[in-house]
Amino acid sequence: MDLGNLASLKHFIPEMILVAGVLAIVIIDLAVRDKSRLGALALIAAATSLLAIGLEPVLSGAWLFHRMLVFDSFAIYFRTLIALAAVVAIWMSIGSQEVKSCDQGEYYAILLASTFAMFLMAESANLLMAYLALEFVSLTSYILTGFLRHNRRSLEAALKYLIYGGVASGTMIYGMSWIFGITGSLDFNVINKALSTPGHLPVLAVFIALVLILTGMGYKVASVPFHMWAPDVYTGAPIPITTFLAVGSKAAGFALLTRFFFPAISHLAAGGSWTALAGVDWPQLLLFVCIITMTLGNLAALQQTNMKRLLAYSSIAQAGYALMGFVVLSNDGIRAMLFYLFAYYVMDAGAFVVVMIVANSTGREDVDAYRGLAWRGGIVPALALTIFLFSLTGIPLTVGFIGKFYLFAAVIRGQFYILAIVGILNSVVSLYYYLKPIQKMFFEQPRGDEGTVRFQPWDYGLMGVLACATIVFGLYWSPIISFANRSLSFFTGPT
Amino acid sequence: MSHALTLITFVPIAGMVLILALPDSMKNASKWIAVAATIPQLLIAIHLYEHFDTTTSAVQFAEKASWMPSYHISYFVGVDGISISMVLLTALIMFISTFASFGINRAEKGYYAMLLMLDTGMMGVFVSLDFFLFYIFWEVMLLPMYFLIGIWGGPRREYAAIKFFLYTLLGSVLILLAMLGLYYYSATPTFDLTELAANSSHYSIGFQRIVWIALFVGFAIKIPAFPFHTWLPDAHVEAPTAISVILAGVLLKMGTYGILRVNFAVLPAATYQLAWLFLGVIGTINIVYGAMCAMAQTDYKKLIAYSSISHMGYVMLGMAAFTTAGINGAVLQMFNHGTITAMLFILVGVIYDRAHHREINGFGGLAQQMPIYTAFTGFAFFAGMGLPGMSAFISEVLVLLGAWQTHPIMVVFGSATAVLTAGYLLWTFQRIYLGPLNEKYKGFSDLSFREAFTLVPLGVIVLILGVYPHAILGLLNTSLVHLNQVVLSTSGAAVAMVH
Repeated sequence: MDLGNLASLKHFIPEMILVAGVLAIVIIDLAVRDKSRLGALALIAAATSLLAIGLEPVLSGAWLFHRMLVFDSFAIYFRTLIALAAVVAIWMSIGSQEVKSCDQGEYYAILLASTFAMFLMAESANLLMAYLALEFVSLTSYILTGFLRHNRRSLEAALKYLIYGGVASGTMIYGMSWIFGITGSLDFNVINKALSTPGHLPVLAVFIALVLILTGMGYKVASVPFHMWAPDVYTGAPIPITTFLAVGSKAAGFALLTRFFFPAISHLAAGGSWTALAGVDWPQLLLFVCIITMTLGNLAALQQTNMKRLLAYSSIAQAGYALMGFVVLSNDGIRAMLFYLFAYYVMDAGAFVVVMIVANSTGREDVDAYRGLAWRGGIVPALALTIFLFSLTGIPLTVGFIGKFYLFAAVIRGQFYILAIVGILNSVVSLYYYLKPIQKMFFEQPRGDEGTVRFQPWDYGLMGVLACATIVFGLYWSPIISFANRSLSFFTGPT
Repeated sequence: MSHALTLITFVPIAGMVLILALPDSMKNASKWIAVAATIPQLLIAIHLYEHFDTTTSAVQFAEKASWMPSYHISYFVGVDGISISMVLLTALIMFISTFASFGINRAEKGYYAMLLMLDTGMMGVFVSLDFFLFYIFWEVMLLPMYFLIGIWGGPRREYAAIKFFLYTLLGSVLILLAMLGLYYYSATPTFDLTELAANSSHYSIGFQRIVWIALFVGFAIKIPAFPFHTWLPDAHVEAPTAISVILAGVLLKMGTYGILRVNFAVLPAATYQLAWLFLGVIGTINIVYGAMCAMAQTDYKKLIAYSSISHMGYVMLGMAAFTTAGINGAVLQMFNHGTITAMLFILVGVIYDRAHHREINGFGGLAQQMPIYTAFTGFAFFAGMGLPGMSAFISEVLVLLGAWQTHPIMVVFGSATAVLTAGYLLWTFQRIYLGPLNEKYKGFSDLSFREAFTLVPLGVIVLILGVYPHAILGLLNTSLVHLNQVVLSTSGAAVAMVH
């Protein structure tokens, strides 16, 4: 189905709820003096949008707004993930000490707008739309990163993010112009048709165009070598925003990456395996990116002493793991990647929630602030952080293990043995730095200068939900894997 | 009891939940809850022992339920002769080590909760017949062990804990890859170990060799086999007494158990080709090298740790023999090593609790002050040396006799090491217990009732099995003969597959 503007609107309800939320917050912000309720309003908007995604009619798929966006089950999966990330980020913001000092109205309005933009990224069916959505996400992210106006680190992070982002998106749109020159279109479906037509295709030119486009998308998922912004931005941004970028923005990046590299420029053969069109060898390139990303992320994380920075490098490595599912070029791999992104959402957001709880109480983010946490009244957050970190390592009984299990299963099935070996060695290396805060919390005694952790039901509630989810989905993961399985279909036109 | 194996595995978890739910004011009750959780376990183990049919090598007391149908993962537990002996050992050692833990006086709730979680992990490994389930239990066991060493351990506990965790995780991830390989290249994708074993001829020999080595490294780290053994002395020295008992008594057996359960049963052709090198030669190195290292130690606990490495070498050598006597001796040695080393570590703990050091040269003449303790130590040392009339004699002789037919040179080294073993144990005995009494230790009390209570059952078992080894061998024999047959039967087939 190729829907026009008005007909598209009925598949656009979650997005419209977010826009309504943005408008409502802006107007109420002007009207009322007491800004403390704006967070709750934003939370309601994000949660309603999530609900609307859940209630959307299941259909095979459609193009919206004259083939600018595509509505299919793949988009549903990622919009769910992004909406969940927004819910967590807003929930965290309500309890965050850092955010309390900011302009509440603008903060929540931009956060919702950013969510909206990420939805668009997951739905783009056209390179132009993809570019606009990606820029929209980037611009809102720059503002949110620099929201702590009186904090030098926050401002520096925003500036770095802006400069990197500008270069990356500039490079990407240049690559898109090459694609347009070669295929005559920006529409994913038309690009696919053009590349599948036998004839004299300039393979090298297509390859260069893909490398340029990969710059922009790789920057969003923070894969090496476009990862340099991540540690500084994750450290400088307010913790809820760090979480939102680490989880939501990365998921949106993966959505776009997958939609462009699979349905747009690859061919799905029977049996669920994909082949690159026109003999362009991007899979080899991405395999290389994947291996470097996880290795570099893990090695750099070994030396970190700031928790946010440690988690930043860890999230680079995690993106590398997720890419394993990408480079094996099979539906098995994509499904594993989808599952892993969900697992990553639960465990990484959980870890950041604990970091925020500790930072709220003590004002510190370094690993030493966790010394003896279990023995100075913080046994609950200490246990929760332990669960999240073990999950990030991939130890059983957690959802992270199941995620890794699916990834390695796809890798072994695709016979990428070197990748499997690199992957498991990375898991072992990562254990070393994930254990660092655990050692501090449990094995060391407090020295008295760390401060106590105060009990905040609001934050503990979120932490509890995420910790339970980590364990429950580690034991009973059928619902998630079948959701990921259903989301494997890309709409590429009426059949 | 139709759910005996599920019960025996998860009873400790119930105890753990109970302990965690205790209010802080009642934390003294946690040790009794832990005891209360291990008693039914021991009773179920005895029940299983009584009702076990020793005439068949088939899986008994099996329970199966589908868990993840799309990946053919199921909750499948059951025991054969090999695993039931380990289930018995685990139940016994856990019961003993709960009592041996009564000295813990910091964060007791956490300690006993971790101890019980460890219990479930170990029991689960021995009863699982689904590879995925096996792997889950295998890894779950790491977490409590890490915390038990890291929180309640000695001065260098952080280093020992992280070393233990990193080493064993490296082993487990190799097992994970091997497991996935076995799954995807089997005749019909499955994690069911009995089914994988039944269709073992489906794998090509080249594939078998690669997977075999990956699995071997994973399991060898746990044994620990040379050169992957360096984590063990550190872990033992830092771990509290009861944890050392469990580590030596049960955990090390998982390595050799895993090799029998997976490498032998699922990859028999590769086993037949590779065992002489990886089990025979490395096992012999373990025996000799472990004994030599033990001789050089001045820390009492480190000495026992190295002697433990040495004794595990006999298990590997026996497995490499491919004779009925050899493989029976190997598994019997696993059981005997569990009881004897547990005694030795309890005895080290007794003196450490009083002197707060373990320097062998710092003692002297303890026999005058602590006669009962000295008598127990003498008994355990003689058992460790493999004196006739004690359990280790039977198993070591079986191993050496069994291996003589296939690997005579290794047996020469293995049996010659008995002299080294006697040497370092007697020398240690002399330095600690004989001679003039060190004035510092005048006030030491002899064994308490609780300490004696943890030692006596183990000692009795050592004596019984020394005279009547059939009590365990009877369980093992049918399953092991069958397993041995499976491996030997591939010797002809293996040659055919190469060409």
